[in-house]
Amino acid sequence: MSPVLRPRQPRRSGGGRTRLLRSPKVAVGSLILLFFVLLALFGPMVAPHSTDWRASRLDNVPHPPSGRFWLGTDVQQHDLFSQLLAGGRDTLLIAFVAGIIATVLSVLVGVSAGYLGGRADEVLSILTNIFLALPGLLILMVVMKMMPDGDTGNPLLIGAVIALSAWAWGARVLRAQTLALRNQDYVESARVVGEGRVRIILFEILPNLLPILASSFIFTVIYGIGAYASLSWLGLINPTNASWGTMLNTAQQFSATTSGTWWWYGPPALCVAFVGIALALLNFGIDEIVNPRMRSTRRGLGRGRGPRFQLGLTPVVRAEEGIRR
Amino acid sequence: MRALLRRLWFYLIAAYAAITLNFFIPRMVPGSALQNFLAKMNTASLTPAQLQALQAQYGGGHQGLVAQYLTYLGNLFQGDLGVSTSLSAPVSTVLANDLPWTIGLVGSATVIAFLVGTLIGVLAGWRRSGLLDALLPAATFFQAVPYFILASLLMLSFGFYGGMFPTGGAYDTGRYATVTPGWNWPFIANVIDHGALPAATVALASIAGWILGMRNMMITTMDEDYVLVAAAKGLPRHKVVAVAARNALLPSISNFALSISLVVTGSIVTEIVFNYAGVGREIFNAAQAADYPVMQGILLVVTFTVLGANLLADLVYVALDPRARKVA
Repeated sequence: MSPVLRPRQPRRSGGGRTRLLRSPKVAVGSLILLFFVLLALFGPMVAPHSTDWRASRLDNVPHPPSGRFWLGTDVQQHDLFSQLLAGGRDTLLIAFVAGIIATVLSVLVGVSAGYLGGRADEVLSILTNIFLALPGLLILMVVMKMMPDGDTGNPLLIGAVIALSAWAWGARVLRAQTLALRNQDYVESARVVGEGRVRIILFEILPNLLPILASSFIFTVIYGIGAYASLSWLGLINPTNASWGTMLNTAQQFSATTSGTWWWYGPPALCVAFVGIALALLNFGIDEIVNPRMRSTRRGLGRGRGPRFQLGLTPVVRAEEGIRR
Repeated sequence: MRALLRRLWFYLIAAYAAITLNFFIPRMVPGSALQNFLAKMNTASLTPAQLQALQAQYGGGHQGLVAQYLTYLGNLFQGDLGVSTSLSAPVSTVLANDLPWTIGLVGSATVIAFLVGTLIGVLAGWRRSGLLDALLPAATFFQAVPYFILASLLMLSFGFYGGMFPTGGAYDTGRYATVTPGWNWPFIANVIDHGALPAATVALASIAGWILGMRNMMITTMDEDYVLVAAAKGLPRHKVVAVAARNALLPSISNFALSISLVVTGSIVTEIVFNYAGVGREIFNAAQAADYPVMQGILLVVTFTVLGANLLADLVYVALDPRARKVA
């Protein structure tokens, strides 16, 4: 059972949007993410060399960072800084494609299951639960290995395949929330007024699902980045597609980790990690706003001010306190 | 009993779906899987019998689709997963050697993550101090970073540069190895030494889920009337917390059931980083050698393992929750 969120109540101090912007986690997360989105857009253009450019064909010692090569070179004398700049594009593109497709799928399945109920719900729920139990990354490994090499370089195709293994989690959460919303008074009255099923789902229910939708989208993008990086690190993606994962793959092949060439495997690994952290921070910020349980300080009960036994206060205690003051 | 039977029914459907999916994957990929396979294969020549076996598995022979499917199901029920093309041994034998290592790794990591994560979650939900709450984003950090990067990080810092733990393998092998596999103490100690970092990787990556779930449920549960009653009766503080924690634990367990497949695939990736003697290393080697039968066999076996773990989580839930026991 996942926690069912209550629909947002109007609040006294500011709406959710201003609070979202004031949260430091969200601010830091979006800044880092913005940086990497810009890198993905413009990185390949500003890179000093192309990804398969080699400084020399005779030298086979990886060189540490220098004025000429900011992040050093690998065994084959590729400029690692150029590769790093170019490597973000596919990774982010595939993760976002996967996130969009998976979110659409999860809305289609989850909201219909929750709203229609009955036999349709049963069938869709079984489908969702089966996809939850399937080991997505392993299926991706097998599928990618069996595809012809040309197709494993197609970002849209890879994104779609990743999305197929990632929609179930969101569908489950959305179904639970739709179930809770379905019997709310305002939905009931919309039904009585004679609004159609599609209209109720699109205009009455969906807007209330937006925070969950956002959080499940971000979750899927994190998964997509991890999945794509892992697949290309395993060498299952066409190596002509320069990405952080393929950089790690070549580093692994020449056992860079155990020969001390940190400039080879360090930067791409850090990039993947930082994109993941940025997205996780955003998700955390959204959670704090939509899920009252997540907020770190209790309102009305400052630390050290309340009674010594720090259990949840019941209204009785709070009322007494109020009278005494 | 009825609810439990319904769950069993679900597991049967899921298992059947996995088997069918496994049959159709090589037939659905663009191009012919058999042709791709022959193009990528490393061995020089195939005997006619091997070619026939491959055709039965990937299509492209003279049999129709239905007949292929029935043959596949028939073979599966006899425990026949085909023959590995790179190891020339039955896939079932290969996997029987690997699976215990993976299950041991995932199992011990999960137990550690459960114990530590739940404890931290209870504490964080009980006294909502700044320090423990600041721990939450740190825990999600481990969740947001892909398993293979986290694994490499631990391997480099504690294994390679720190020198505290071995950097690869499941136990000492090779000429200078002093341990003999079996139920003897030096060997077990050696296995624990090798397993520490992989298990720590899996535990760190999954611990955030336990902490967060437990903390959030504790905060709700602490507000329940029965907890107040327990406190009013004068129970010592830790006992009151235990009352709340017991009830907060249930959603945490069903949440975990949802993430089992992520944990298992994660630990498979971790095994690849540490060259650990489990299913992960096997599927990596199989992918390198384009050994499709082994890859597909692993896919099927891992799916079944995940389903089995889900069933186990269901049973634990029923055992812990009197309400579920009544319905079940």
